[in-house]
Amino acid sequence: MADTHTHTEHKEGEIAKPNTAGIWRVFVILLIITTIEFIIALAIPVSIMPGGVKNILYIILTVVKAGYIVGEFMHLRHEVKFMIWAILLPMIFIVWLLVILIAEGGSVFEMKNFLR
Amino acid sequence: MMWFFLLSDAFSFSGLLITYGMLRYSAVAYNPSVHGTYKFSMDYWPIPEKVFESVPFLHGVSLPLVFVGIMTFILIMSSVTMVLAVEAGHRNDRKDVEKWMLWTILGGFTFLGCQAWEWSHFIHGTDTGTIDNITGKMVYGANLIQNQYGPPAFADLFFFITGFHGFHVFSGVMLNVLIFYNTAFGVYANPAREIDLGAERYEMIEKVGLYWHFVDLVWVFVFTAFYLI
Repeated sequence: MADTHTHTEHKEGEIAKPNTAGIWRVFVILLIITTIEFIIALAIPVSIMPGGVKNILYIILTVVKAGYIVGEFMHLRHEVKFMIWAILLPMIFIVWLLVILIAEGGSVFEMKNFLR
Repeated sequence: MMWFFLLSDAFSFSGLLITYGMLRYSAVAYNPSVHGTYKFSMDYWPIPEKVFESVPFLHGVSLPLVFVGIMTFILIMSSVTMVLAVEAGHRNDRKDVEKWMLWTILGGFTFLGCQAWEWSHFIHGTDTGTIDNITGKMVYGANLIQNQYGPPAFADLFFFITGFHGFHVFSGVMLNVLIFYNTAFGVYANPAREIDLGAERYEMIEKVGLYWHFVDLVWVFVFTAFYLI
């Protein structure tokens, strides 16, 4: 954090002014994304937007939300590059595991129908 | 180190959510042209917005996902107050750290209370119940063996995923209480700690804050995977 060092120069007993505009901006963004998810889920009928399109939109919006929480609230965006990749790379592999196991679930479903 | 703990914790949550994805896709989906109008049945996977549509004090009113939305808002809000506490810690502002930690703890307890209600409602079920295909008996609510809303696996996953997350929230609240206690009793304001930590005396707030944001992050994924899709 670059701005911490400026605060450390203050003498004992002297308290700096709060600097929270960025935090509230991220909060508003998170709130807006959640509201959009609700509008997609409840206000838009399936005839206009099929379930598959809705699900893809949910996943995109969730990843954006996660990016803001991890990047800004957890400061990962301000860490060194090695740290960012040490966290992100395993998670990318996990996402791949999710994709292949969902595909596997689909083929289990086919197999159940086939054997019936 | 907190980051690597959180990474390993993310693996366990991913394991649960991947299990949900796989079982969901290997089960029969609801199809209006085959199954007719939607009702709870053990023949197909339930639609979450039909299951989670109750709000306390509004019995019989269908408000899909409203209560869960309130819970999401509470958790995001308490994440924001946690960032504000961390920010106050950077400024060595003890009064502000105390104030924002107290709000964070309040948010955590509120979320846990909401989840307790959600579980209790899920376990007790609706007034009408559903007939079990195999035994022919009426089933009300859900437990680990039977489930009025759909296949038993749906209830099992609900209990495991939201339960595991709820336990994380509980642990987080305990850690928050601990650091609030330390702040209030001036542990972090002790000048002797400056020798070890320099100006970063409130570093502990930041570490616990990371854990608390992680809990919020997991809820964002649970919310999408379990309630929206």
